[in-house]
Parts: sequence; structure tokens; C-alpha cells
Amino acid sequence: MTTWPLLTWIILLPWLGALLLASLPHTRPGVIRGLALAYSLSTLVLGAIAWTRFDPAAGYQFVERHAWVPSLNITYHLGLDGVSLLLVLLTGLVAPAALLASWNLSRNPRLFALLFLFLQGSALGVFLALDFFHWFIFWELSLVPAYFLIKLWGGPGATRAAYQFVIYTIGGSAFMLAGFAAVYTVSGTLDFTVLAHLGEAGTLAERLGPTGMTVVFLGVLLGLAVKVPLFPFHTWLPAAYAEAPTGASMFLTGVMSKMGVYGFIRILFPIFPAELTAAAPVLLWLALGGVVLGAFAAMAQTDLKRMIAYSSVNHVSYCLLALFAVAGATSSNPAADTAAMGGALLQMFNHGLSASALFFCIGILEVRAGGRRGLGDFGGVRTAAPIFAGLCGIALFSSLGLPGLNGFVGEFLIFRGVFGHAPWAAAVGCLGLFATAYFLLTFWQKVFHGPAAGAGVCFRDLTVFEIVTLLPAIALMFVLGVWPQALMSFVNPWVTAWLASLP
Amino acid sequence: MRLPVEYLWLIPALPLAAAGVGSLTPRGGRALAADVAIAAMAGAFVLACLALTSALADPAAHQVANFAWFDLGGGALRLGWLLDPLTAFMAVMVTFVGLLIFIFSLGYMKEDPNFTRFFCFLSLFAAAMLGLIVANSLLLLFVCWELVGLASYLLIGFWFHKPSAAAAAKKAFITTRIGDLGLLLGMLWLYDASGSLLFYDGGAGVLEAPVLSTLAGQTLAGGLALSTAIGLLIFCGAIGKSGQFPLHVWLPDAMEGPTPVSALIHAATMVAAGVFLIARVYPLMSADLPLDVPMHALTVVAFVGAITALMGALIAVAQNDIKRVLAYSTVSQLGYMMLALGVGSWTAAIFHLLTHAFFKALLFLGAGSVIHAAHHEQDIRNLGGLAPRMKVTFATFAIGMMALAGVPFLFSGFWSKEAILHAAHGWDVSQVPFYVGLAAVVLTAFYMTRLVAETFLGRPRSDAAAHAHESPAVMTVPLGLLAAGAVVLGFLGTPACPWLQSRLAGTPLHSDLGHLFEGGGLMLLSIVLVGAGLGLGWWLYGRRLRAASTDRDPLAVAAPRTLGVLAGKFYLDELYAATVGRLNAALAWCADRLDRHVIGGAVEFLGKFGLFSGALNRELDEDAINAGFDRVNAGLRGSGIRYSRAQTGEPQGYLRVLAVAFVVLALLLIVGGVR
Repeated sequence: MTTWPLLTWIILLPWLGALLLASLPHTRPGVIRGLALAYSLSTLVLGAIAWTRFDPAAGYQFVERHAWVPSLNITYHLGLDGVSLLLVLLTGLVAPAALLASWNLSRNPRLFALLFLFLQGSALGVFLALDFFHWFIFWELSLVPAYFLIKLWGGPGATRAAYQFVIYTIGGSAFMLAGFAAVYTVSGTLDFTVLAHLGEAGTLAERLGPTGMTVVFLGVLLGLAVKVPLFPFHTWLPAAYAEAPTGASMFLTGVMSKMGVYGFIRILFPIFPAELTAAAPVLLWLALGGVVLGAFAAMAQTDLKRMIAYSSVNHVSYCLLALFAVAGATSSNPAADTAAMGGALLQMFNHGLSASALFFCIGILEVRAGGRRGLGDFGGVRTAAPIFAGLCGIALFSSLGLPGLNGFVGEFLIFRGVFGHAPWAAAVGCLGLFATAYFLLTFWQKVFHGPAAGAGVCFRDLTVFEIVTLLPAIALMFVLGVWPQALMSFVNPWVTAWLASLP
Repeated sequence: MRLPVEYLWLIPALPLAAAGVGSLTPRGGRALAADVAIAAMAGAFVLACLALTSALADPAAHQVANFAWFDLGGGALRLGWLLDPLTAFMAVMVTFVGLLIFIFSLGYMKEDPNFTRFFCFLSLFAAAMLGLIVANSLLLLFVCWELVGLASYLLIGFWFHKPSAAAAAKKAFITTRIGDLGLLLGMLWLYDASGSLLFYDGGAGVLEAPVLSTLAGQTLAGGLALSTAIGLLIFCGAIGKSGQFPLHVWLPDAMEGPTPVSALIHAATMVAAGVFLIARVYPLMSADLPLDVPMHALTVVAFVGAITALMGALIAVAQNDIKRVLAYSTVSQLGYMMLALGVGSWTAAIFHLLTHAFFKALLFLGAGSVIHAAHHEQDIRNLGGLAPRMKVTFATFAIGMMALAGVPFLFSGFWSKEAILHAAHGWDVSQVPFYVGLAAVVLTAFYMTRLVAETFLGRPRSDAAAHAHESPAVMTVPLGLLAAGAVVLGFLGTPACPWLQSRLAGTPLHSDLGHLFEGGGLMLLSIVLVGAGLGLGWWLYGRRLRAASTDRDPLAVAAPRTLGVLAGKFYLDELYAATVGRLNAALAWCADRLDRHVIGGAVEFLGKFGLFSGALNRELDEDAINAGFDRVNAGLRGSGIRYSRAQTGEPQGYLRVLAVAFVVLALLLIVGGVR
């Protein structure tokens, strides 16, 4: 068992599923869906196995390292640490739920499932690869299925949204690729662990020269900033999330928005520490811009999907706020550092749960209302559909950071950490908390309360199938709200070790 | 029997379990949901009494049981339970009043289709409120603080199909959240400065001397002590939750909720949580400061309390909805409690909190009994003449009214209000709160007389009032018990034997009957003022009772403009809508436009620019470079076409050409070829 390449299997199984579906052209949709779900669930199962065997005190585990292109010093290098484990588990939870949410998709379910599994495997590759060469391949490959998922199954503006999403992201990635090409020419390696050592020791900066290092840093930063997205590189997001079909929206917000943050943690911090510290004051403002303007822009939306999309900008910006507060720390405050980083990681996981649950709920509203999903298209849904109202309400309150549910712990730790380094940023960030409560309660009030109106008349409550789709996320919101130690047991040791590894 | 502090969590856990059961009970399981909720509350009451006996065994001690919530850095984030007399008295009050209100709800909510949900939410509220009380950590307190806000939100909007209820629920949540963000910032600051959020932790807690002295010793820019800044931020939370000026606007709207909810949450317990919070962190608020520090957090508390006490009482004078009169009265009384905290007597504040909880819950339930009997008629102009029809309700309501008005000696409100006025009189910073408090005494007696006269006396002024009859025992028995409390409780803290205050403060009890009329002049003054208020109310409303709903209010006749301002609640709602509301909407609009047009426009421009350069490139390729090749090609092709025309594929044609050529050649040879 020790030689069993667990991580390779984690990435490969969804891809094998996709391959299998590709080779079954004339199968009944039910079988297709079942197979897709099974292959998608493999991530959760293998992730759980990894979790049980995971040693929080150790660094990278289940490492696979093989020479791949020896002449170019490129290795096939996979490894799992605390942050990867967190994101693998998140993917394992969100992906099957997203497939279940797309269960009744009638138009070409085979192609949908195929592309989806392809996307899932690529995202997992990003979280597990430790060599820039195939990390970047996974990074770019994920765009292909995402593009088609949005374009082929999306709303009326899907083509434009998909184009903008892919072109924008590839545009950013191109700079990152160019940056790494420069890094490769001076270092001769693309291995993250080796590069981290070089970055920490300042060797890279020495070889690239100050200007070169800055240019390379900015290129990599741009690639990541577009992906997260960091304000003001976020304008592709509302359209892409809103036009995508429900399942794809869930995966985009639940998992893909974490890829960028992951890149900051895995690449920018270890390899470009000095440059990041220098840029942090500006970046902190940008993250605050995302927190505040994202929330206020959400308030102005009447399309529910766009509203939650902006809310994602706001929530992911909290993670970045924490990262930049730590990066830009002018004085030593280890307690604030650990709180901010731990909070950022929890926030990634919690946002994945709550935002994907909300997109699922909006998907239900949309289907029941025959494609309408405006804030004013509903009224009094709670009267007709109390179960739906209850579960959606829990997801809403989780998203607005109600204590007792998961969202609060991450946000509290982030604010605690940010306050330790930049109290004014924490104070301004509170505006985002306020605005979030405001628009989420407006959502809840307009859709669920008041007399039955619009599509809220004769609204059918959730089916058992839909409850089963939503319930795991809702249950976890409670569990992680009351017992965050479940995640902190491996997140906190990782944070401590990671902070110690930074110069 | 005593309850060890390690098991203190059972007190909130019982209602929480009931809420869990209630949430899973289908609509039909009415009896189950109600029975479980009431049984859990009764159990919590018993436990709270046991906790009180353990706390009173050593009133000066703070018993704690701390535990790790999750790992953080090298240590852990710790929470804990705290048992001291403050906790214990609060827990007993909340469980007892809560239990009575639960029982009352059995009758009041009998007809409601969402009966099970109601008890589920009530239990959730009780759990959160009790958790708030037993918390030994500002973080745990904050968690429960937000959860009581959630329960309040759910219960204000219980009749969610009414748009006004849905809007009131949202307003309550958002308004209190503004204050809560201050509390959050204060908590973050406290955590960052002290490294802990536990109140008591064997010397390392934030309310213990070592931490307090470092906090008070640091001064910020502007000369403010760190402890003052943190204290003021924490006070923001109390302003929001306890309906203090300027965030009180949500509380009257919260009356959209069912009346038992108004009694429990928006009168007796949750709104008093702000007072409790300040009493809990009183060591921080009152930390000894260096002499040159300009401002003390408690000074702000005192003035905010005074403003609120006066403003609430003034607005209450001009309200016509029975619940809104009581709501503004609650605002005013909470102002009194804050005033007491501010002037340095936190024990008097808690004393008033406890007595107020009984008589205000009594008044609200009495109002509920009236509303229930009068088929949801809440306008006092349309009531009247209920006294003979609802004798128990009238009698108990009158007791509550006298307790609130501060009728001397027999009623609890008198003693607790007296304690506050006494403390305010002795405050060495300013006498303004004291005089404001005196003014509010007159107003309170006045508007309560008006309320009772309009509601219960005279002739019924609507069919609903004419046909009202007494509520069932399940509603009147709780009224009776609360009325008993509204009388007896005052004797726990008379100046002669201030047992309650001494237990709370953990100081030895000095009882001396000679002190009963201590500060006799002050007491006499306030008795005269109460009398004046009652007399004035009687003069205006009792002497000539209203005959018809449409009669103008005597005050409207005397001073229409003043009454208009008061009835309009000083137009604060309008002011906020015009300022904060507009600003909010404008910010949202700006953020959206910035995105769509400025940033989105820039991206669009970049995209267009890319397309444009692509097009330019294509033009260049096509017209400049390829065009040359094309022209050559075209020439070649043209000549090819022309040549190909000759190749028709017809043998006759070829032969014809051949023949013609032969003839021509032959002629040429013949003509010119003779050489």
C-alpha cells in the first residue's frame, strides 16, 4: 500500500471517468449520470482516506516524485499538505453536489458530465502538483471544460461571458508563464519546493536582478490576481458565474475561485517574499476594494446570481485581505499571523460550502420560476416551501457570517489577524460585513417573505433528491460552526509550519 | 443542592435541545413541541436556582470552567463558563419570566398554524440568551449575542407574510448589526491588546487586575486610554441591542412580532442584554485611569442613557398603539439602566433590570391579553371599558403600571428607580443625568396613566372592545405570578436591606431599618414627581374619559405641534432614511456603475483594442503584403483563362483553324515566298 500513488489516483479518477464516458456514446442518461457521480465521489473517498492517514505535524505527504523530462529537469512531483488536503476535501464535497444539481439537465448530459469530470480532475491537479510545469498545465486545462460548460449550457449571454472569462484568464496566465520562463532560465528548475528555497535565500532575486525580479513578480501576480479575482480584475466574474449553468456556477465559485488564493499561498509567498511584502500596502487596499465594493455592488444587483457572484468577490477578498495583512506586516505579531492565515484557510472552505449551496438554491428558484431569477420575481416562497426556505436561510446566514455557523469562525479569525497588523483595514472591512448582511437579508425578505407573489405562488417545496443534494453542506455548516477544530486540527499545524518557513 | 460551574452549560443546553426537537417536529406535533419547550425551560429554571445557591455561597468569587475551542497558533482559542451572582440572578430571571411567557403563549398562539415553529424559535432564543449570560468569554458572549439577534429577527418576522413584519425584522437585524460591528472591533482590539478574551482566567482574564492595568495604562493618540476606547466600542454593541439613542429606532418596529415575543425579547431579556454586557465588563469600563485622561467611557454611557430615558418617555406620550407605548417605555427604562451604569452603580442597574423584567413582561402580557380579547385591536383609541370585562387583566396591568410609574413603597419599580436616582444624584461629574431622570419620572407616570385610562376605563369604543372577555387561565395565571414578582422583588434591594446589591457586588450586607428612608429628601421629591405625573394624567385623560375613537387627544388640542413632533418620533426614521439610507443606496449604485462602466469599460476597451489591432494586422497582411502576390496571381490566372479559351475541345474547330492556317501559309508562300 505504501507505493500506491494515492495523489495520482485522486487526479486521475475523474479523468478516467471522463474518458469512460467519452467511450460510451449510446448509453442511457441515467447510467451516464450515475457513473459521473461515482467518479466524482472518488475524490471525497480518496480525500477522506488521505485525511485519516494524514499527519498534521509533517510537511508534504504521499509525495510522488519522478523524473519526467530529465533533460529539462522537469519532474512529476505531487504532494499533499494541510492546505492541499483542505482543498481536496472541498472539491470532493462540492463537485458531487454540483453534479447532483445538474441531474435533470436534458441537453447532452454525457458531454456535460464528461467536461465536468475533466474540470474536476484539472482543479485537483492544481491543488496537488508541486512542479510548475504540470501545475500550469492543470491550471490552463481547467479553462477548457469551464469554457464549454458555460458556453454550451449557459444563459442567453453565455457565449460572451465564456469568452471574456477564458480570454481574460489566459491573458493573465500568459504573464505568469512568461515570468516562470524567466525564473527557469536563471534557476534551471520549476519545482516549487526548490524555488521556495531559492526565493527564501534571495538567490532568485540575485540572479534576476532587482528589476527583473519585480517584473517577474508582477507577471505572476497578474496571473493569480485575475484568477482569484483580486479587485479590479474581477469584472469577468459576475457575468461568468451568472451565465453558467447551476452546476458549473457551484464548481466555479466553490472550487475554482480557490485556485487563485491557493496560488498566492503556494507560489507568491514562498518564492517572492520580499516583493510581496513591498507590494502588500497597495494590495491590501485592492483587497479592501474587493471587500467593500464587492458587497456594495451586490446590493445593487437585481439578478440573484449576479448578487451572489459579487458576494463571492467580497468573500474571497477577505482571504486576500488576510494574506496581504500578513505579507505586509511591519511589526512582529505571530498571534495575528496565525489567526489571519488560519482564518483565510477556513474562509476558503466555508465560502466554498455556502456559496455553492446558495447557487444551488438560486438554481432551484430559477427552475421553478421557468428561468426567472430576479429579486422581484418572487414573494412569500416560505409559505409554500418551508423546507426550502429553512435550508436556504441557513445557507444565507452562513454566508453572512452568523456565529454558530461555519462562516463566522473564518471571518472572525481573519478580522482578528488583520486588526493585529492594520486596524484601519479591519475597521473599513466592517463595511463589507454590514453590506453583506443587508443584501442577503434583502434577498431573503424579497424572495421568501411577504404575501405570495410572482413565481412564489404555488411554489413546489424541495424534493427528497434536492434535500439530499443540499443537506451535506448544511450539516457541515453547523458542524464547522460549532466544532471548527475538525479542520483546525490540520490547518493550524500547517499554518504554524508555513509561517515559520517564510523568511 | 448546588450546580457546579462545570455543568453550567446545561442551562442553555436544555432549551437548545428543545429547539432542535422543535425544528424537526412537523406542523401537526403542536403538543409535543410546546411540552418539550416548556419542560426544558422548567428544567433550566431549576438548574438556574441551583446555580444561584452555588453562587451565593461565595458571592465575591467568580467560578469559571474554561475549555479550548480550537487550536490556534501555539495554543488554543479558549472559551468558558462563568458563575457569579450576576450570572445566577440573570439566569433565574430569564428562565422564570421565560417559563411564564412560554405558558402564556400556549393560549395566545393557540390558533396559529405555525405553532410548533413558534416554540422552536422561542427555545432557540432562550438558549442563546442563557448562553450569553453564562459565557466567560467575550467571544462566546458575542456568538450568543448574535444568536439572540437571529432569534429576535425570526420572531419579529414570525408573521412573515405581512410585509411590515418582514421589513421590521430586517430593520432590527441591520440596525443592531451596526452596533455589533463596534462591539466586534472592540473585541478584536481587546484580543489583540491582551491576548485573551476570557473574562476571568485565574489572573490572566481581561477583567482581572493585571490585564486591566496594562489596558488603562496605555494612552492612544488624542489622549484616550486604551481601555476607554475599547469600552466605548463595546458600548456600541449595547447601544444597538438595548435600543439606546441613536440606534433605538428598531425596537418600536419590533412590535410587529407576536406579543409574547415582545414581552420576552423586546422587554424583559434580550434588550436588557446591553445593560448586562456593560455590567459584565464593568471592571474594564471603570478601570482606574491616569488622572490626565480627558474622558471616561462611563461618562458617555451615562449621557447616552439619560438622553434615551428622556426621549423614550417623551415619544411614549404621543403613541396610540398599546404596544408602541410600552415599547418606548422600554426604551426609556433601558436608558435609566444605562444611566445607572454610567454614574457608577452597576448594581442599581441590574436591580432595575430585574424588576423591570417582571413588570414590563407583565405589562406586555397584559397588553397581549387585551389584544387577544379584542381581536387584534391595538389602537387604544378604539379600546376602552375593558376593566369590568377583564378584571384579572386589569388588576395585574394596574400593578404593572404602578410598578413602572414608581408608585411608592409597595411596588418594585419604586425601589429600583430610587436606587438609580440616588446614584445619579451622587455622581460627581454632572447633575444633568439626575435632572433628566427626574423629568422622565413625571413623564412615565403620566403616559402610563393615559394608557390605563384609555384602554381600560370609560366606554368601549369598538365592537371588539365591547365584546371582549377575560382570557383563559393559561394566560391569566402567568399574569398573576408576574404581578406578584412586580411587587415582591422591590424588597430585595431597599436601602434598609440592600441584599441584592450586596450579593451582586460580593460585599457584606449591612441591613439597618434606619436606612430605609435614607436620602429622604430625594425620595420625597421623586414621590411628589410621581404624584404629579399621575395627577396630570388623571387631569387630562381620567377626569373626562374619551367618548369616541375620533375624539382628539387633549394634548393635541393643547399643543398640536409638540404632539406632532412626538408622534413623529422626532422624525429620526425619516432622517435616517434620508441620510444613511440614501448614502447606502448611493454607494451601492456607485459600486455597480464603477464595475459596469469604469472597470468593465477598461476591460472592454482592452478587448476592443485587441480586436482592433487584430483587424489592423489583417488589413496590413491582406492589402499591403498579400495584395502584391494577389495581383501577380490574378494576372497569371487571367492570361491562363484567356489561353484556355482557345482550347474548346471541338475537333472541327481545331481543323478549321488548321485549314485557315494552311491557306494563310500557302498564300504567304505563294505571294511572298518566291525568292
